[in-house]
Amino acid sequence: MRPPSSTASGAFIAASSPNGIGSNEVLLETKNISLAFKGVTALSGVTFDVRKSEICALIGPNGAGKSSLLNVINGIYRAQSGEIVFDGRHFRKMTPIDAARRGIGRTFQHNELSPRLSALDNVLTGLASRGKTTSCENAFRIGRDRAERQHFLALAEKVVAFLGLQKHVHKSVSTLPYGIQKRVDLARALVSEPKLLLLDEPMAGMNQDEKQDMRGIVSEVNSRFGTTIVLIEHDIGIVMQLAHHIVVLDYGRKIADGTPEQVRNNADVIKAYLGENYGRD
Amino acid sequence: MDLFLQTLVAGLLAGVMYSSVALGFVLIYQASGVFNFAQGSMVLLTALTYVSFVETGAPFWLALLAVLAVMVVCAVFIERLILRPLANRNPMVLFVATLGLSYIIQGAAQLAMGTDVHMLDLGIADDSVQIGNLSLSKFDLFATATAIVLVAVISFVFNRTRIGISLRAVADDVVAAQSIGIQLPRIWRIVWSVAGFVALAAGLLWGARQGVQFSLTLSALKALPVLIIGGFSSMPGAIIAGLLVGATESLADFYLGPLVQGSVSTWFAYILALLFLLIRPTGLFGERAIERV
Amino acid sequence: MEIEPSLAAGTAVVPPRSRSEILKRSAIVALAVAASLAPLGLSDYWINSILIPMLAMGLAGVGLNLLMGYAGCVSLGSAAFMAVGAFAAYNLLLRLPVLPLPVVMILAGLIAAAVGVLFGLPSLRIKGFYLAASTLGAQFFIEWLFTNFPWFCNYNLSLVITAPRLQFFGWNLRSPQGRYLMVIVTTLSLVTLAYSIIRSRIGREWIAISDKETAANIIGINVGSRRLLAFAVSSFYCAIAGILWGFCYLQTSNAFSFNLDKSFTILFIVIIGGTASILGNFIGAAFIVLTPIFLDLAVARLGLTDYVNIGVTTNLQRVLFGVMIIYILIKEPNGLYRLLQRVVTSLFSQYRRSSAV
Repeated sequence: MRPPSSTASGAFIAASSPNGIGSNEVLLETKNISLAFKGVTALSGVTFDVRKSEICALIGPNGAGKSSLLNVINGIYRAQSGEIVFDGRHFRKMTPIDAARRGIGRTFQHNELSPRLSALDNVLTGLASRGKTTSCENAFRIGRDRAERQHFLALAEKVVAFLGLQKHVHKSVSTLPYGIQKRVDLARALVSEPKLLLLDEPMAGMNQDEKQDMRGIVSEVNSRFGTTIVLIEHDIGIVMQLAHHIVVLDYGRKIADGTPEQVRNNADVIKAYLGENYGRD
Repeated sequence: MDLFLQTLVAGLLAGVMYSSVALGFVLIYQASGVFNFAQGSMVLLTALTYVSFVETGAPFWLALLAVLAVMVVCAVFIERLILRPLANRNPMVLFVATLGLSYIIQGAAQLAMGTDVHMLDLGIADDSVQIGNLSLSKFDLFATATAIVLVAVISFVFNRTRIGISLRAVADDVVAAQSIGIQLPRIWRIVWSVAGFVALAAGLLWGARQGVQFSLTLSALKALPVLIIGGFSSMPGAIIAGLLVGATESLADFYLGPLVQGSVSTWFAYILALLFLLIRPTGLFGERAIERV
Repeated sequence: MEIEPSLAAGTAVVPPRSRSEILKRSAIVALAVAASLAPLGLSDYWINSILIPMLAMGLAGVGLNLLMGYAGCVSLGSAAFMAVGAFAAYNLLLRLPVLPLPVVMILAGLIAAAVGVLFGLPSLRIKGFYLAASTLGAQFFIEWLFTNFPWFCNYNLSLVITAPRLQFFGWNLRSPQGRYLMVIVTTLSLVTLAYSIIRSRIGREWIAISDKETAANIIGINVGSRRLLAFAVSSFYCAIAGILWGFCYLQTSNAFSFNLDKSFTILFIVIIGGTASILGNFIGAAFIVLTPIFLDLAVARLGLTDYVNIGVTTNLQRVLFGVMIIYILIKEPNGLYRLLQRVVTSLFSQYRRSSAV
């Protein structure tokens, strides 16, 4: 099924139209996920679905457990109970490298780029799970090594062009401005053409213009490549524009789940946010 | 059975020595987050200085004071020249710096006081004492008593005095401690001096046991497996782990030794530590860190 | 698909063909050529006491550097793997005389690599500092192994091993020139291989792991397997270095030639010379090898030979190494290599400025 376009207004229409995303198959399901550290409950019985090619936003007050949920999907944290179904396969527990191999990509709140590598090298590391050559071939440059290098460079070039990073490819990432670093992080996640992209606060630390730019990029990733996206974001204005589907967490529990329109009018959500000024950034 | 007990007890007493060296490590680690590789060289330094003073005819208490003075001076220099410039670097850098420091201390100590083996006499004869079916060395018992006193004194200082509480505050949270006015350089100097004092105790005991020589530094390396097993930031852990390592090492030597025609004590503690690490990565009493992304 | 020339030109692990990069590469090649021709011009003393040990230790430094500077694991047991290499080669040469020398060296290296992987297994569960402790365990265990089981040195009474024969296709390599040839050919080949590894996917992923391990896991790098690979490669290099050290330099060695002090020396070489720099390792090795020689010369020059015994120079050396380590850590964490680089660049820019006038 061809994913509908995700323009600002299209998001509402698409989600609610019968031929829209609502009828796509489910790519990710979390069933009753519970997670606790040292007696502190991070997540409690969280259940929701994400459909293919949809943009699903996880929102909620600070400490609601959003990052923890992402970490569980990625396999960094192991949930004490519940399971995850991704692309038809059930997982009680997932390791990070398994997640990457199955096509789950991730960006990080603080970029987590390797400062000693160039932007291009950082992007290329995103292809680690797609490598088929052995270390021997890599070390001695024999066999399939050359073909793989060229293939990887081609994939990297595609993503670099898409994100407009051509000027920065050979620079060491520690010298790049924050916004560009965020794009490199995104490029690294995209280069392996993931089925599911987890974005952890992709707009953190940006001004309104930069946010709109990033929103446009996320939207385009979704419409051009059909990538399913789950993102954590605090700017409700952006979320309303961008997402097809919103899940609201508070104190580790899911308190709302639906289209932006449904969530906006949800009494529980308003209560959870009461007293907080959102939309100001 | 008797033989087993005998070996066990001998091992426990040897373990007391390990614990005493490990205590010095823990002190410094708790207060400054540094694993002080030079602790072993400090043991050598204290023993050598003491012996040199005694050999020139100075009485016991004078030599002791002299050594303490030397260690305090060292602590000041170390804080100034090494800890301060490297204050915000990662722990590995500091570790390697202490490795460099240990080389400097060893080299300087032996340059100043020579490389001959010195005998150290604390006035305690190494006769055996019969307790039940076991024959124990008087010296070992003295060492144990000293260690107990040492631990008691340090615990008292840490828990009851103002300085001690400041030290614990720094160990818990460096930034918070500073924000209530605790001066870090002063704390570090105090801690390293105390560690020097602990090194002195260990140096005297060990030096009396096997003579004051370069190999003292190597013996101190044994403290590393002790710390791994006990957890780096725990004093009770260091003590219990020291005893554990001493005991198992002694038993291993006794039972495995003949099988392999040699003593296994050079490496046994490390393999033990490794096994511990695989089962319980933060040691018996250490804290578990959660990494967040 | 058309690959943009700028992308294909290289990555920052190999920056694009900038001027300084070309300069650096030419310098390295020039050094390599000079090193190869050295025996023609230099005395036996230089070859035996300076160049051979320098190259052997430099190679050990490269081995440790690959593990520490690139893959981020501290090892305090590199000398143990040198020992494995030397003893393995000795036994292979002795018991399987049909094997040619290069094959023996490679096999010995592979054996050491296997042992390295074994002692590197803990790295799958423990990190950083605790891993360093486990490598210490490897050091003590291997030292003990070769001292307690006389089979390894063929029941020699003083537990020493001497190379049974060093020859390649009939050429006897016992002479200083012969040994030097063996050392330089081996070193140049392995250094070339090291550069190749660093510039490949492997080097990139190693750096990513040592910089941000959790993120590396999440983006799909197989951290465990890459770490073990680092241990394997590092042990291989140390083993070859051990063969060069034991057979070409010392000519007669035992387990104590590869003791803890040696492991620390290798660590110092990496730090003083500069982590993450292969050329730096050889600079570090030069420092380590030349310091005792300079000290001896200084003592002789100052006429103090009668007053100063070997204990004094050894201890002076210790102090110097310690001071150097701390100095480097504080002032120039990237080692002498970076220091030299800065000196050279400032000289160049001064030259250009003065010639532009």
